[in-house]
Amino acid sequence: MGMTMTQKILARHAGLESVRAGQLIQARLDLVLGNDITTPVAINEFEAAGFDRVFDKSRIALVMDHFAPNKDIKAATQCKQCRTFARKFDIDHYYDVGTMGIEHALLPEQGLVAPGEAVIGADSHTCTYGALGAFSTGVGSTDMGAAMAAGETWFKVPSAIRVNLTGKLRPYVSGKDVILTLIGMIGVDGARYQSLEFTGPGVAELSIYDRLTISNMAIEAGAKNGIFPVDDITRAYVAERVDRPWTAYEADPDAEYERTVEIDLSQVDCTVAYPHLPENAHPAREGKDIAIDQIVIGSCTNGQLPDMAAAAEILKGRHLAPGVRGIIIPATQSVYRECMHRGYTDIFLDAGCIVSTPTCGPCLGGYMGILAVGERCVSTTNRNFVGRMGHVDSEVYLASPAVAAASGIAGHIAHPEEI
Amino acid sequence: MNAHGTVHKYGDHVDTDVIIPARYLNTQSHQELASHCMEDIDKTFITKVKDGDIMVAGVNFGCGSSREHAPIAIKASGISCVIAKNFARIFYRNAINIGLAILECPAASEGIDDGDEVAVDFDTGVITNVTKNETYQAEPFPPFIKDMIAKGGLMASLKAKEARA
Repeated sequence: MGMTMTQKILARHAGLESVRAGQLIQARLDLVLGNDITTPVAINEFEAAGFDRVFDKSRIALVMDHFAPNKDIKAATQCKQCRTFARKFDIDHYYDVGTMGIEHALLPEQGLVAPGEAVIGADSHTCTYGALGAFSTGVGSTDMGAAMAAGETWFKVPSAIRVNLTGKLRPYVSGKDVILTLIGMIGVDGARYQSLEFTGPGVAELSIYDRLTISNMAIEAGAKNGIFPVDDITRAYVAERVDRPWTAYEADPDAEYERTVEIDLSQVDCTVAYPHLPENAHPAREGKDIAIDQIVIGSCTNGQLPDMAAAAEILKGRHLAPGVRGIIIPATQSVYRECMHRGYTDIFLDAGCIVSTPTCGPCLGGYMGILAVGERCVSTTNRNFVGRMGHVDSEVYLASPAVAAASGIAGHIAHPEEI
Repeated sequence: MNAHGTVHKYGDHVDTDVIIPARYLNTQSHQELASHCMEDIDKTFITKVKDGDIMVAGVNFGCGSSREHAPIAIKASGISCVIAKNFARIFYRNAINIGLAILECPAASEGIDDGDEVAVDFDTGVITNVTKNETYQAEPFPPFIKDMIAKGGLMASLKAKEARA
C-alpha cells in the first residue's frame, strides 16, 4: 500500500520505512512555534515539569502577534513572560514588536519552513505551511511545552481526502474563494482528523499565496493538515528564502485516499461564508441585502502582499460607503513597507481606511476592531463563530480581500464586478 | 476512576471561542478562565455548574482555535467529563494532555438530556443515565493514551521517559 505525501513526511520524521493511517508514531520536529497567547501556558508546563533546557534554540519560533503591540497590562505581562523565556534560552527566532508579523505569514517569509519539514505550532492555523509541501499542524500549549524540551511529539497518522483541482481561476477569484467553496462542500468537520491532499493540474494555476490561504483554512474543515505538492512555484518561493537543504516528497501512485473531492477552479466564484460557521458558503453576488458596518483586510489567512494588492486594485480612487469602517492590516513588517513603496497605503488612506501595524487583534476579537451588538463585518479572516470578533450578537462574513474591499465601497456584501 | 453528576447539554460544533472567548486569553488563571466558561452561548452555565457535573454535546466538540485554555476552563469549572459524538482533534489532544476526561459516544449524546443525572465508569466505558435508567457503551481510550493518563499526562510521561534515558 502506497503512502500519501503527508504519510511520507511523517514516516521519514519517525524514522520508519512506511506508516499507515491510524498508526501512532513518535516524530522528530523541525520547528516548534508559539505565540503570545499560547506560549505562556507552554512555559508554565515546561517549568512545572522541571525542564532546564530546550532541544534546539534554532528550531523554536516565538511570535508576539495576537495581543501585541500589548493591548492591556495582562497582555503585556504575557509578552514579558515570553521575552524572558526567549532570553533565558537564547531562542534564535523570537519576534517582538518591530520585527514581528502574523506568525503564519512571517515564518514562510523568513524561510523558517521548507518543503518536507515537520512543524507543530500552538496555534490552530499552523497548518498554513502545507502550502510549501511541509507537514504542519496545530497543537495545544502542553504539546508545545513538551516539544520545546524533547524536539519530538506523537501523532496519529491521518487518513486522507484528495482534493483534485482542475481548470483556472477567473478574474477576482482567489485561494480564499476556493477554500470557502471546499469547506462549503464538505463541512466544518468534513476532514476531521484527516489530511487534505491537494492535487491535479489546477495546482499549477494557484500562486503560492493562494495555496497559503487554502492550507491555512484546512483546520476550518477539521483537517489535521492541508498539503500541496512541491512544484516550480514552490521552488521559486523557497529559493529566495531558505538556504538549508530540503526534500520534496511525492505521494505514491497507489496512495490510499478515503475519498476524492473534485473542484473545477473555473467554476469557483467569489464566495462569502455567512455566520456562524465557515461552511455557510454563499455567492458574493447574492449578498446585496446584507448591509455592513466594517471591513477587515489582513490576518494569517489574507495579510500577504498580493492580498493588499487585490484590495488596493478595488479601493483605488474610491471611498468606503458612508458609515463603513475599514481596517487594513499588512501581515508582516515587509508587507507593510512594500504597501508604502507601492502606493497601496495612500490608496487605503484615501479610501477612508486605517492601516495598522501587524497584529491578529480583530480576527479573534482581541482588540483593534471589536464589533458592537448588531454590527456586521466582512472580514478576510478565518472564523465567523458566535462572538468571534466582539459581541455575541455581531456577525462576521468571511471573504477574500477583493470581496471585502468591494463590500466596503458598496456598503453591503458585493462582488468586485459590481464596483 | 468514575464520574457522577448532572448534565449540561449543548449542540453540534461547540467551538473554543464560545467555550472561552479570546478576550479572556490575556490570563492563565484557571479560576478566572472558568468564570467565563461557555458564557457566549450559555450565560447561566457558570452559575449552575457543580463540582463533578458532566457536559454532553453533539459532533465536532471543541472545533476552532488550539487554545488549551478551553479544556482548562471546562475542567476548572468543575466538569468531570465531556461526552460528545466526536471531538475536534486539537481539543481531543489538549484535553488528554491536561487530564480532562472525554468520551466519544453518539448513543449517549442522543439519549442524554440537559439536567439528567449520569454516571460514567472510565474503566469499562459504560455511561449510565440514572434519570432515564439507560446505559450506553463508550469507546474506551486506546492503550497508548491510557498509558499516558496513567503516568499523569503528557508532561509526567515525558519526564518518566527522560529519567529512564
